[in-house]
Amino acid sequence: MNAPRSTREHRERMLRIALPIVVLALGLALWEATVRIENIPPYVLPGPALILRTLVADWALLFQSLLVTLTTTVEGFLLATLGGIGLAVLFNQSRLVEYSLYPYAVILQVTPIVAVAPLLLIYLPQQAAVLACAWIVAFFPVLANTTLGLNSVDRNLADLFALYGASRGEILWNLKLPSALPYILGGLRIAGGLSLIGAVVAEIAAGSAGAGSGLAYRIAESGYRLNIPRMFAALLLLSVAGIVIFYLLSLVNYLALRRWHESALEAER
Amino acid sequence: MPPAAPSRSDTLVALRGVSKTFANGTLALKGLDLDVRSGEFVSLLGPSGCGKSTALRIIAGLSEPSEGAVEWTATARRPESESRIGFVFQEPTLMPWASVADNILLPLKLKGTAADKAGARVDAALDRVGLRQFARAYPRELSGGMRMRVSIARALVTEPALLLMDEPFAALDEITRFKLNNDLLQLWQGLRTTVVFVTHSVFESVYLSSRVVVMAARPGRVFTELSIDAPYPRDQNFRTSAEYAAFCRRASEALAQAMSSQAMAAKGEP
Repeated sequence: MNAPRSTREHRERMLRIALPIVVLALGLALWEATVRIENIPPYVLPGPALILRTLVADWALLFQSLLVTLTTTVEGFLLATLGGIGLAVLFNQSRLVEYSLYPYAVILQVTPIVAVAPLLLIYLPQQAAVLACAWIVAFFPVLANTTLGLNSVDRNLADLFALYGASRGEILWNLKLPSALPYILGGLRIAGGLSLIGAVVAEIAAGSAGAGSGLAYRIAESGYRLNIPRMFAALLLLSVAGIVIFYLLSLVNYLALRRWHESALEAER
Repeated sequence: MPPAAPSRSDTLVALRGVSKTFANGTLALKGLDLDVRSGEFVSLLGPSGCGKSTALRIIAGLSEPSEGAVEWTATARRPESESRIGFVFQEPTLMPWASVADNILLPLKLKGTAADKAGARVDAALDRVGLRQFARAYPRELSGGMRMRVSIARALVTEPALLLMDEPFAALDEITRFKLNNDLLQLWQGLRTTVVFVTHSVFESVYLSSRVVVMAARPGRVFTELSIDAPYPRDQNFRTSAEYAAFCRRASEALAQAMSSQAMAAKGEP
């Protein structure tokens, strides 16, 4: 009874890994074949093989740029984490602060960052402007999720804390923050990807102003020079960076919640 | 109804003319008088909406009476009690992110008990409910009955003078419920504490209590009370005895009267 079920699960898992790889291989083969058969010039559409060769040939330059973009992303993400959680805690502790500041947090969120980036570049040093963009895009989901989490405390548990005369600080630390943890981690998972987007948007905006050396700047610069293979190689690196960020944060989420939260538990069927 | 007959036991806490109106205008309790005597096991029995849980929350200080007062007898407070009240909710109400031991530790932690002393108290509380080997488990790894045991252990870890229980076993299956009823009686006798137990089960209230207070709804009030003069310890023999059946019949009749009085009161309203 048990054995066939586990083999079926095993096969299911293998398929989940194998199928996307098969699709990728087929797509790349089709792409490469089309480029060769139709004789498409590389400045219109480079084939995957050429993109890979470019990636290897330009590795030193591209890796340098990747580090620049990743540094901005990580800094933006950390500031968004601190700012989002900090602001949410402040809102939770003081209604007056929440009423005063929340509308502006929303305004920051709904104004398209592409439109704000050029302004920031005028008023801030370039590095600071890029960082500010990453932060603005990433902090809101952390703020919104943490606020939701802090307000989702079990009523009876709150009563229990009141019964034993817990102070506000004790309630925050021992009850509200642990209750909010799954929500906070969900917000961080979104913020990780968004801070990469914010960094890229700002670099592109800065790139057109003629400065910068991040990956997005490389893409813009390669575009002007019609170096399409390098554009694709830089884009590939950005995608990989995004995927790595997402899975790292998913791993943190799993490690923090696996013993107690429904979302991280393995289903027992 | 006349107020509770005078007793030789000391009153631990009393509700005097307590009324409670909620913000939405619902009158949950009206003129409630209730004496809780030191060392007794008293059940509040009544239909849904009779305000029995509200009365319990008022005794606990989790809710303020709109009128009337809660009077504590100062001498009734036991010196070793760091907290005079323990509360067990309808659900186990455990912190899912904390182990069983950390959940039981919570009241001591909030009271600022020294770590070494607190550790020994937690171990003792775990032994009391027979969950010593589950100290490091997380609540979701336990069955419903075990979670409720943890909840009871947590309520008793401060050795409170008064244990308040709000339909704690309502969500459990009958077998688990009977077992926990017996364990609760043993704990109550062993610790010589006072219990106020809210339930809507006639059979549970009679089995456990030395006194059953029957309440009526709309507005919530004390309808009558029954003294269950059967000796402790009570066990399966008591549960199957004619004496138990007779007490249950009387309690059922009282509950039926309470409910018909509330139906008549409802008809009488314009």
